[in-house]
Amino acid sequence: MNGLDDTPAGDVMNASSPLLRRLAALAALAIGAGLAAAVGSLPEPPAALPRQVAAFLPASGVRNPVTAVLLNFRSLDTLLELAVLVLAATAARALSAPRSVAAALPPPDPVLAAFFRLFAPMALLVAGYLLWVGAHAPGGAFQAGSVLAATGVMAALTTRFAAFGASRWLPPALALGPAVFLAVGVAVAGGGRSFLQYPAASAGGLILLIESAAALCIAAALAALFLECLQGPLRGPAADPPGGPR
Amino acid sequence: MSALLYAVVGAVLFALGLYGVVAASPLLRKVLAFNIAGSGVFLFLVAMADRVRVPFPDPVPQAMVLTGIVVAVSATALALLLICLLRELSDRPREAADDGH
Amino acid sequence: MTGIETIAADVWIAAAVASPLAAACAMLVLRRWAAALGVLGSLVILGAVAGLAHQLLLLGPQQLVVGGWDPPLGIRLRADGPAVGMAGITGLIGLFVGIYATAYLRPLAASPPHGERLFWPLWMFLWAGLNALYLADDLFNLYVTLEVVGLASVGLAALARTAAAVAAALRYLLVSLLGSLAYLMGVALVYAATGTLELRGVAAAPVGYAALALMSAGLLMKTALFPLHGWLPPAHANAPAPVSALLSALVVKASFYVMLRLWFELFAPLIGPATAHLPGVLAAAAILWGSLQALAARRLKQLIAYSTVAQVGYLFLVFPLGLAGGSLRPAWGAVLFFILAHALAKAAVFLAAGNVLKAFGHDRIADLGGAVQQLPVSMFAFAVAGVSLVGLPPSGGFIAKWLLLAAALEAGRWGYAGVLVGGGLLATAYIFRFFSHAFRFVPESVLCCGLPRRMEGCALLLALGSMALGLAADPILALLQIGLPETGAAGAGGAP
Repeated sequence: MNGLDDTPAGDVMNASSPLLRRLAALAALAIGAGLAAAVGSLPEPPAALPRQVAAFLPASGVRNPVTAVLLNFRSLDTLLELAVLVLAATAARALSAPRSVAAALPPPDPVLAAFFRLFAPMALLVAGYLLWVGAHAPGGAFQAGSVLAATGVMAALTTRFAAFGASRWLPPALALGPAVFLAVGVAVAGGGRSFLQYPAASAGGLILLIESAAALCIAAALAALFLECLQGPLRGPAADPPGGPR
Repeated sequence: MSALLYAVVGAVLFALGLYGVVAASPLLRKVLAFNIAGSGVFLFLVAMADRVRVPFPDPVPQAMVLTGIVVAVSATALALLLICLLRELSDRPREAADDGH
Repeated sequence: MTGIETIAADVWIAAAVASPLAAACAMLVLRRWAAALGVLGSLVILGAVAGLAHQLLLLGPQQLVVGGWDPPLGIRLRADGPAVGMAGITGLIGLFVGIYATAYLRPLAASPPHGERLFWPLWMFLWAGLNALYLADDLFNLYVTLEVVGLASVGLAALARTAAAVAAALRYLLVSLLGSLAYLMGVALVYAATGTLELRGVAAAPVGYAALALMSAGLLMKTALFPLHGWLPPAHANAPAPVSALLSALVVKASFYVMLRLWFELFAPLIGPATAHLPGVLAAAAILWGSLQALAARRLKQLIAYSTVAQVGYLFLVFPLGLAGGSLRPAWGAVLFFILAHALAKAAVFLAAGNVLKAFGHDRIADLGGAVQQLPVSMFAFAVAGVSLVGLPPSGGFIAKWLLLAAALEAGRWGYAGVLVGGGLLATAYIFRFFSHAFRFVPESVLCCGLPRRMEGCALLLALGSMALGLAADPILALLQIGLPETGAAGAGGAP
């Protein structure tokens, strides 16, 4: 990726004119000053909502209030956030041309590969721990998914692992997160319960199920985004005249 | 009181980042500037979370930050991919056209 | 909350958001069946929205408390007239654009860079984001839906993978991200001041104004209101035709819809006449500038994209007409009706332009002689939708402009009335300029390829829809005005 920094903005967003730069600087100054003034005039923080979170925490199925907000009280936000990640990975797949991942990767280094064999089990253990600990302490699906994704990227860089059908199993793994979330949301509904309203008794288990699927999905999405960027697009556009069809 | 200090720092980072996105010329710097502005917003939100203790800090802004980070990661990756693609397309327009299918 | 009717509304609301998401997931797994799943999914979503509209007409505004946690702790989705109207028009246009895409993208999907096959999951994610956005009643939930819509749109805009399309998509992405960050900072301010993310809490003065400025600036960028419109024409003109139709007809309206909700529900007490006229002035500039650029455009899709820049201007007239002393109800109904009319007409025009592009192999306006004679159906669709864009009776566009004009005259805003009339004249000019080339007689066939019949049919049906909208204006207007926000309502009853 060397030289990426040189890519000029060109017609993407040209602010080379000094006037525009000065305008932008003025606007940024105004925004910074205005925000600082607004911070100064903030009223005493209202605490009704966090108190509600504390009051309903025992019914949420987890003991970590942040996880309770993310996976139970405001679960719709998290479902849509997973959709953002999956659609970004899908867009990346759509934009980069299909080509062998193996060809884009450097040949495996034996020392790195040996190190990876030592490292991988520990990384998987850490990911599992982060997933489990999210119920009562900082941690959760995103943290676990990031560690898993890093492991996957390491695997791709140090072994031929990524060459084995990454394109075949990545899309189903991507779909897994939102699909399990949706399935749980629909399955618990009915009988007077709303969409995504977990029964209090099984909330903890359902949240762990959703988080496990989400961790795999997040790992797949992050790894896919990295691999698509790494392999880069091979083929140019279809042979259309500039500004022509499509 | 320190919460408000962090909030002001967040606001300043946000403003600096906005300037960078508009005024920086290389595309990669625009993307980095976007991430700085985003960090400013997240810092602001975390500072807001710290103003309330019930007894833990307000979890709602923390959850917003976590969601925001995932969105920022996705957007950054997509932007980087588009930059790579744009570079490839403008580097060798001829070859690409000859490649035709 | 009890009673069979409410439960049914719950199901419809959940289905409107969940079914496009489920369809997107299914398409990722069953890639071969993406197009079939897409059409099937469109029908299911449209069915859910129709069920919701039925509930709305019978029982008034409906809601779904997601997870069973009442706000402010949880998130509520609400289905009032505007939300269901927007979801309905998205459903109709989505169905026809989807059917069109099955034919338009087929030859592309077969060739090696098969990114076009991923049109379907991206569009379903976009659809889920749009429906969630229309129904959202929570500031942060709106942020997440805005991001779903924004990123999916960027992915779709870049699908053509030409240098021009990718550069346009990148610019679109940066603008969209700046806009969402500014919006998110505003959300943080509102939350810090009020302690809630509901659209009910009004922030106190200095913090409230900062939030208003940031959120509005962000949404103006995303809606491409003059002078922040620069990203729109390249992004919309270089995308594949079905994507152009979705972006111009629906996506631009989504961020405007959020702005409408914020200004009329959250910030209404803060907005004085001077503030309300600011978007009005920009709107007038957008109408004039966009129309002039459309008049000067060399390519057909560019012309249509600049027409969107102009038509976005009309939407923003709602703020001075509804908040600067005028009565709310007529302006609110007029702008929502305008959204529907423009969405149908613009989708039809972009699909017709896609047909021209496919059949001629290019869309240079000066070289499109013989189009009327050789693509009569598509050109008829273009003309019918053009009538609606110009605002001639009996089209939906006519009713929309008439309602806006009536609201302007009732409020005594002669300047805005003049802009409305002038914009109509300019629209006539750019539509006729295209037809002056298209009507030219060319002795032999100049087409490079034939067109599948459904591509012409979809464009025609959407164009006829924009006409039918004008004929069925009364019931649709009544539906749109169910659950009108009370804030600032000066209480003038009924539509003019």
